[in-house]
Amino acid sequence: MTQSSAGFGTPRWLLAACAAPAFTFFAAFWLLPVARLVALPADKGWATYFVILTDGRYAQSMVNTLLLSITVTAVTLLLGGAVGIYLARRRFVGRRVLLSLLTLPLSFPGVIVGFFVILLGGRQGLVPTLGASIGIPRLTFAYGLLGLFLAYLYFSLPRAIATYTAAAEAMDVRLEEAARALGASRLRITRDVWLPQLAPTSIATGAILFATSMGAFGTAFTLASKYEVVPITIYNEFTNYANFALAASLSIALGLVTWAVLFAARLIVGNSEVAR
Amino acid sequence: MELERTRIEIVDCAKTYADGTRALKPTTLTVEPGEVIALLGPSGCGKTTLLRLLAGLEAVDPGGRIVFGDQDVTARPVEKRGVGMVFQSYALFPQMTVAANIGYGLLVRGVDAAERRRAVGELVDLVRLGGLENKRPAELSGGQRQRVALARAVAVRPRVLLLDEPLAALDAKLKEQLRDELADLLRSLGITAVHVTHDQHEAFAIADRLAVMHTGNIVQVGDAETLYRAPRHAFVAEFLGRVNRLQRDEDAVARGVVKLGGVEWRCAVPSASTSLLVRPEDVQLGPRGADRAAATVKHRTFLGERIHLRVEIASQPMLVADVTRDSPYRVGDEVGIWIAPDRLMASIETPA
Amino acid sequence: MTSLRSTAAARAPLLFAVTLVVSVFMLAPMALSLMAGLVKNYSAGLKSGLTTRWLAQVWEVYGDTVGASLLIGLGCVGATLLLGVPCAYMLARSRSRAARVFEEVLTLPVAVPGLATALALILVYGQMASFRQSFGFILVGHIVFTLPFMVRIVAAAFQREELVALEEAARTLGAGFRQRFLGVLVPAVFPAIVAGCLMVFTLSIGEFNLTWMLHTPLTRTLPVGLADSYASMRIEVGSAYTLIFLAVILPVLWALQWLAAALQNRYGV
Repeated sequence: MTQSSAGFGTPRWLLAACAAPAFTFFAAFWLLPVARLVALPADKGWATYFVILTDGRYAQSMVNTLLLSITVTAVTLLLGGAVGIYLARRRFVGRRVLLSLLTLPLSFPGVIVGFFVILLGGRQGLVPTLGASIGIPRLTFAYGLLGLFLAYLYFSLPRAIATYTAAAEAMDVRLEEAARALGASRLRITRDVWLPQLAPTSIATGAILFATSMGAFGTAFTLASKYEVVPITIYNEFTNYANFALAASLSIALGLVTWAVLFAARLIVGNSEVAR
Repeated sequence: MELERTRIEIVDCAKTYADGTRALKPTTLTVEPGEVIALLGPSGCGKTTLLRLLAGLEAVDPGGRIVFGDQDVTARPVEKRGVGMVFQSYALFPQMTVAANIGYGLLVRGVDAAERRRAVGELVDLVRLGGLENKRPAELSGGQRQRVALARAVAVRPRVLLLDEPLAALDAKLKEQLRDELADLLRSLGITAVHVTHDQHEAFAIADRLAVMHTGNIVQVGDAETLYRAPRHAFVAEFLGRVNRLQRDEDAVARGVVKLGGVEWRCAVPSASTSLLVRPEDVQLGPRGADRAAATVKHRTFLGERIHLRVEIASQPMLVADVTRDSPYRVGDEVGIWIAPDRLMASIETPA
Repeated sequence: MTSLRSTAAARAPLLFAVTLVVSVFMLAPMALSLMAGLVKNYSAGLKSGLTTRWLAQVWEVYGDTVGASLLIGLGCVGATLLLGVPCAYMLARSRSRAARVFEEVLTLPVAVPGLATALALILVYGQMASFRQSFGFILVGHIVFTLPFMVRIVAAAFQREELVALEEAARTLGAGFRQRFLGVLVPAVFPAIVAGCLMVFTLSIGEFNLTWMLHTPLTRTLPVGLADSYASMRIEVGSAYTLIFLAVILPVLWALQWLAAALQNRYGV
């Protein structure tokens, strides 16, 4: 009933005309270039496509990135969920301000987050300075794995907090009231009432967080970390060694892994939420 | 406001959707000029589909024809048909004021501002929305929105007015009040109108004739009283009110009688059907007697203006009797049942 | 229900503790950066007094990046509106397989890392010197990246039942396509369009992954300048520059959010 039937809705040619400008632009500036990019490694031989699996250095980079992304996603969902649920249910002065400040970093480029971590844990950072003043030397963490992890956490938390606050507010309080009336303990309520209701949001948000972490470049770039992630590898190959084909191959591998995770999440949850 | 009265002819119109569903089987119907006809039926019966075919929002399956007056409009899309439509959700343009909404059809036709204002003013008076011209739909009540939708549809002087469950979005009390207003308004406009609803009382109040529909077919067409008193199919009888079913075995059918509670009554109309229908209000209670069927009252429900009694009767399922509120019978009383012979209706099962 | 909420929260020390720690973690750097950009000497801290010297220095060296980012952001919004809104309509109304495929394909730039998109653009268009070295090159990258967001948000709005009914109502009143698209449909999805603009603008202003690869020393945006200052300048300068970024982006974000909320209230769609 809702869709137009053949001939009596908006005519097909008109619909096509509506999409034509977007399609043309997209084809010219994304489809075509990316197709060319995907074909590029073939110039140097088919083996180039699998270099991510064959070459130890690149495989390590991919493993690094995967481990980091998975860990960050898991921790973010946990912490973000806790904060989201707490903020959704508590009303206090300044709650709105706090919420908007916590979600502000969504608009930050990754470089700022890297800078923040340097402010916290770089050579002149807050934590090392405080540590030194009470006698603990060299608490500089910004340039190692911990710094990278904290930075990734920093740009992931706002998204999780935003989605969980909205989802927790939409949670049906009556289910929880029913459980409490039946005498369920706090732990049981968390397990049997909260988690199932928040599951779709968690999967959708988790997928986006994972994808963002996998493709994040600016943060690692600013921190110049020793823990090499794939985007940095790609950048190095292209800039330092002018190795276009290799950069292309790595990009494809990264893109495939990310797309696969997003696709799987969309299948599980349904289209609308993951798309953001 | 005088509007054109157009005859509508629907000839062999059917609708099959892309996924194979036969929403409407080949249907033929004529709507007289100035008549208000209701398409009445449960959800899925095809009434909304037929309305949308009339509107031109869906295309008729090949072989069908729709004629407005003397013009075949089958191939015309909705923009060119000259219909006015009131949607179930009213579909008022949210960013426009009431006046702009009502005047939209005129604006689209290039009517100049002064003429538009005059026409809109006339309509605002007609539907009694004075003072609300500059409000937006979000600021109006359900009943007010309904009137805006109606005024908007009528503003362009359509040949045909189509209403898709116009009162469905309102609560019960408001519905009753607006029902009568809508009926009066349609009568005063004199326009040919097709009105879709699943509520029989709404159809009774508003329409001149009713077309009862079931699984894509029109089962019976007629005015309210005819359909109620002389339904030709069990479905119509059951849809338009409550009915009791009386069973007849082969012997009773052969002899043209119905057996219940120890007596046999002759059927006024000879019929081969194995069940007869009778309305609860036609089941009369009195003391036990010769020509009366013996029954016992099992259940009594006081409904305010009426009382429902459920009576147990030999060789028949339980009957429901609808009696006045002064009826003295209580649970456990032994009563005699009598039904006027012309109130027994034959039951032809409705084909699927 | 309020009592349930307050008692539940009052007995949730763990959640409270987590929220506290997270809040400090998130807010401390912002405060730190604010302070660092305004003090005379970072190592000495607040004791050294406040100054606008760093802000002035940033403006002198990187001031043009602010304008560049804003213009690109606006250009992005304009382009995604013109390209995206009609496209969203088509995706919402069309039932064809091609439309579904196109919809799927449109989500790819989000999954594919910005680096890859940039590499692809350089591969195909890198030889066209005047294009490659212009801000237009960066703008194109931004549009490609933000278009899916605009399309998705607006298409979801077009698909709602109310919108379908509105379009049918306009058609019964005789409105042709152009009339009902511009006069009825677009105004009805206006809140979604504003949300889309907000998202596109935010994404464009903060975009780095793509832009870093596409930029030249003459075509720098704000994030690119930031990266440069973090690497090569004093911590005070970097902080002052971050401050300027916030000062630019916050008012716009708030204004658009306020606008979206006001529209929602007014038109209730």
